Amino acid sequence: MHSERSPWALRLAAYGGLAFLHFPILVIFAYAFNTEESAFSFPLQGFTLHWFAEAFARQDIFDAITVSLKVAAQATLLALVLGTLAALALSRRDFFGKNGITLLLILPIALPGIITGIALLNAFKVAALEPGMLTIVVGHATFCVVIVYNNVVARLRRLPGSLIEASMDLGADSFQTFRHVVLPSLATSLLAGGMLAFALSFDEIIVTTFTAGHEVTLPIWMLNQLGRPRDVPVTNVVAMLVMAVTTLPILGAWYLTRDTTDTAGSGK
Amino acid sequence: MKHAVEFDRVCRSYGAVNAVDHVSLAIREGEFFSMLGPSGSGKTTCLRLIAGFELPTSGRVLIDGVDASRLAPFERNVNTVFQDYALFPTMNVLENVAYPLMIKGVAKRERYARAEEALAMVALDGFGSRKPGQLSGGQRQRVALARAIVGRPRVLLLDEPLGALDLKLREQMQGELKALQRQLGITFVFVTHDQSEALSMSDRVAVFAKGRIEQVDTPQALYSQPASRFVADFVGTSNVVDGELAERLTGRKGAFAIRPERIRLGRFDGAISVRGVVREVAFLGPVNRVEVEVAGQRLWAQLPSYALQMPEVGTEVELAWEGDAAHWLLEAA
Repeated sequence: MHSERSPWALRLAAYGGLAFLHFPILVIFAYAFNTEESAFSFPLQGFTLHWFAEAFARQDIFDAITVSLKVAAQATLLALVLGTLAALALSRRDFFGKNGITLLLILPIALPGIITGIALLNAFKVAALEPGMLTIVVGHATFCVVIVYNNVVARLRRLPGSLIEASMDLGADSFQTFRHVVLPSLATSLLAGGMLAFALSFDEIIVTTFTAGHEVTLPIWMLNQLGRPRDVPVTNVVAMLVMAVTTLPILGAWYLTRDTTDTAGSGK
Repeated sequence: MKHAVEFDRVCRSYGAVNAVDHVSLAIREGEFFSMLGPSGSGKTTCLRLIAGFELPTSGRVLIDGVDASRLAPFERNVNTVFQDYALFPTMNVLENVAYPLMIKGVAKRERYARAEEALAMVALDGFGSRKPGQLSGGQRQRVALARAIVGRPRVLLLDEPLGALDLKLREQMQGELKALQRQLGITFVFVTHDQSEALSMSDRVAVFAKGRIEQVDTPQALYSQPASRFVADFVGTSNVVDGELAERLTGRKGAFAIRPERIRLGRFDGAISVRGVVREVAFLGPVNRVEVEVAGQRLWAQLPSYALQMPEVGTEVELAWEGDAAHWLLEAA
């Protein structure tokens, strides 16, 4: 007889796996409130919000957050425009080379970040572009475009062709049809794709390392912190903040597309 | 005379397939015109050629006497009621109906007033604030209709609009469509595969088969004088008598069609009669259908079920019909 319940060993393994994935994150949370100043000593010494005050008072953290937010916002905006245009171009009619272009478009998400990073660095050198804000944004846009594209394409696939025909039939030209019929139908998928892209860009480090030049984004700042054991509690506080900034949009994206077949988080 | 829509040797091919093959026809102003045919016969493609969703491979489509062959859908004063209704899910019912007016730039107050008026015409007043997803199939259909007529197009195209409705609702909508057409005086072009629908509603019907028009005529003429075997078969049911039997009965080569209700049992003066063996008797309510084998061909007779003693299966009977009940088909003998 099959029972509805899984065997206890399987359940234990499943919960064990989940715990293994999330326990380290909880550790970071816990030590962000610990009174002990150095490393991860056990047991916890006491509860304090001192590290929050210290983190918020530091200019380098504030600067890093600003850079990351700027990069994420610009990369997301770029991705929304380019990803939507690409999806519109590739979703309707068949034409020669369509599959090839689709593959090339979504390839950056499968490509290891280190390859993308080196390739971009070389390309920027050839183009005599000084690494900086612009190069980070372009680097992030390479994979953010894919996220937006995937979301929009999935939505377009479910948009009946007769809606567009109906709009044209009722007197609307292509632009009016896009504005009044297509865009409103894409709204939630654009929002979801944009949020995911933002979250991805916000905590990206590999491509950023190659393209940042002297700019310090938040992930790069955190990597640099590894060499400063006295700053560990402050780093933990910042880590919590990064978690919040990236998790909330992902949850939001999931919520917006939960009752659809959109592939909100496919890829990275 | 100016026609609402005219096809001039129109072809539409997809690769090697000719979906529409040299179709010429003229739809009169204010007419209820049906395009009838099985799926794949080219009737829907013809409708899409009028709407502008398809462009002819060759030939011309004229709307209101003007060549519209290369015009985009939004450049034609023609609106469509889609098979799947194609209501905009992000707008409510009133916004859907007001959409063509909004595109034309009609002021908000006036366009909503006119949209309400159109909704009233399809008996949906008060439904304006609902979303299409909250309506039943029949209501969505009415909204699609209201949206298509609110801008008063020259021609209204209807692509199997009743296909998704259940029988009772479909019959009701048939009557309402017809009434609406009379009230508005707009030319209706109605695509359907349902011959009874086409016959009951239309002023004229074009019967399509394999991308060509078999016959364009009034419903009465289609029924009593089918031009081809296909029309005789597709429009109602028919007996087609051909070969030796046809020649023996009439002394003429060819094939003729005869409707089952014109065939009687027995022998009459001035009637053509023939002997055969009863193969099947089916009770259909108001009528009985009797299948009789005559010289290797099967003939159906439809007899009123109230009066007659039905013949037994296997017995020999005499069938008779008046000479003018038979209609000769135009085809290569």
